[in-house]
Amino acid sequence: MSERAIVLKTEKLGMMFGGLKAVNDFNIEILEGELVGLIGPNGSGKTTVFNMLTGLHIPFEGEIYLMGKRITGMKTHKIIEQGIARTFQNIRLFGEMSVLENVKTSFTKDVKYNLFDTMFRTPKYFQIEKDIEDKAMDCLRIVHLDDKAAFQAKSLPYGQQRKLEIARALATDMKLLLLDEPAAGMNPTETSELIACIYDIRKKFNITIFLIEHDMSLVMKICERIQVINFGNTIAHGFPNEIAHNPDVIEAYLGEEAVENA
Amino acid sequence: MTDLRKKSLRGVITNVIMVALLIIVIYILSVSLSDNNYRLKLVPIIWHLCIFILLGTSLNLTMGFLGQLTLGHMGFMGIGAYTAALSSLALERAGLFIAKTAPPLQLIGVMLGCSLLGAIVAGIISLLMGIPALRMRGDYLAIVTLGFGLIIENVIANLPFAGGNGLAEGTASANLYQNGLGINSRLQAQYVYFPILLTIICVAFMFMYTTSKYGRAIKAIREDEIAANASGINATYYKILTFTISAFFAGLAGGLYAISTSSLTTGTFTFANSSIWNSTFIVVMVVLGGMGSLTGSIIAAIGMYMLNYEIKNGAWVAAMPQFLQSIFAFPMLIYAFVLTIVIMFKPFGLMGTYEFSLRRLLFRKSERAIGGEAK
Repeated sequence: MSERAIVLKTEKLGMMFGGLKAVNDFNIEILEGELVGLIGPNGSGKTTVFNMLTGLHIPFEGEIYLMGKRITGMKTHKIIEQGIARTFQNIRLFGEMSVLENVKTSFTKDVKYNLFDTMFRTPKYFQIEKDIEDKAMDCLRIVHLDDKAAFQAKSLPYGQQRKLEIARALATDMKLLLLDEPAAGMNPTETSELIACIYDIRKKFNITIFLIEHDMSLVMKICERIQVINFGNTIAHGFPNEIAHNPDVIEAYLGEEAVENA
Repeated sequence: MTDLRKKSLRGVITNVIMVALLIIVIYILSVSLSDNNYRLKLVPIIWHLCIFILLGTSLNLTMGFLGQLTLGHMGFMGIGAYTAALSSLALERAGLFIAKTAPPLQLIGVMLGCSLLGAIVAGIISLLMGIPALRMRGDYLAIVTLGFGLIIENVIANLPFAGGNGLAEGTASANLYQNGLGINSRLQAQYVYFPILLTIICVAFMFMYTTSKYGRAIKAIREDEIAANASGINATYYKILTFTISAFFAGLAGGLYAISTSSLTTGTFTFANSSIWNSTFIVVMVVLGGMGSLTGSIIAAIGMYMLNYEIKNGAWVAAMPQFLQSIFAFPMLIYAFVLTIVIMFKPFGLMGTYEFSLRRLLFRKSERAIGGEAK
């Protein structure tokens, strides 16, 4: 295997909520172009890890490196500028805005016109606005929402709202995409559409994906490596088939008796 | 390519029609102003309407588009008004300017300059206040801004050079009329296009602001601040910027107010009082018109002001039975009633987040398909 750059690396990442240790000693290395899954039972601290990676929580201890650069404790929007994008477990779209506008907001940090250009509508303004509209439409095309561009975001059906979140995350021009339960609440058809969509994205952008998921069939199918956490501690990591037969993992998910019976 | 050419042709047509409409409006205005009776009634209405439109639209930037409830908007107007009045008074004391005899260009220059100075001072103070205050959200921010508005009012009232009840030393509230920025009704009629033009420019700027990346960013913050941050938007920066711009225009409105009245009292710029010059009234205006619609704020400003005008001056009120007249003696009751009715039937205000667009009106069918605006 050729040497690939390490995109994300965490060292002894930990988070405390009051006296509760939500995440403890979380270490992971994700190589360029990999698709890594993070699984664990409810309340095991998966989303907390994502929140720390994107600066929503400031880590209690430990360090985060993105492409070798330390990003621990940075503000969220700074981290997004460094090249991490994320979606949310409970959908957080800009409901009152149109689908296209939702994606356009992600370009805000790249837009180089100022108040003067805004006020006098200089050619520069129109040029940039047209550019980001084209780019936003490209992002929508990838998730097959280009025909819904003028719809209000909250009027979309659930599955498409999830896809719109992915499109919005894609628009930030990231190196690492964090997907927090992308298939939650989806029916099997929508899930298989989503899998095709994720494959598409990987092929087109050559990006690294780190995802949390409860749908085991999806995780086993698409993830190249999996890390399992329970009560904030990493209990296993490895390839999907290793994880599927790991007694600790089965115990965490199904209880001790299941292991004895297995 | 033909599609693009079609689009730009439509833009040109829209602009031509807009200019034509503007000319017609100005013509009608100038005809009605040439009549002495109308002029006496119309001129103060126009000045006040311009001020209310500026206040309503600028508050809508923070309340409607940014989604932060602020209750001290009049405080910034007060800063603008007093700064404009005091600076013009200083010019006059220095012997550089007399409102009654100043040549037109100089008078316009002083009016514009002093109003802008007031706007800038209001902007700077709001910036200093916004940096700590905008860390808070919802009710907490409302309390902070409410308190801040009252502080501004009281500080101004106790400034030695602003007087207790008015401007200049002591209580000489009439001084401003005689020799300050305040201009008499004859000059107000002569320069009636000054507030109109200023308001059009300011509202146009706000419209441009809300339809650009800034508008998208602040609407995103209103919808979901965490998601906005996760889309790479520096929420703190855009919140403070919008708050400052909003206060800037409130300060400008204050400058216009200082020009159009003979005396200033701090009671005008408070949270609630018996007249319509208070923060609550502006908040009601924004809610009524629709939070997130500048058009709505303009309509509500005109509607509410005219309603107040009718209640105060209308012959029909005097013709009503005694019982109803005694209700109309407390106009706030009626505004509350109007607000309740509107919120019951249109919970998002008259216009919601809908903006009037001449272009959409003209080319309704073909523009809809292109998108950009939410359906």
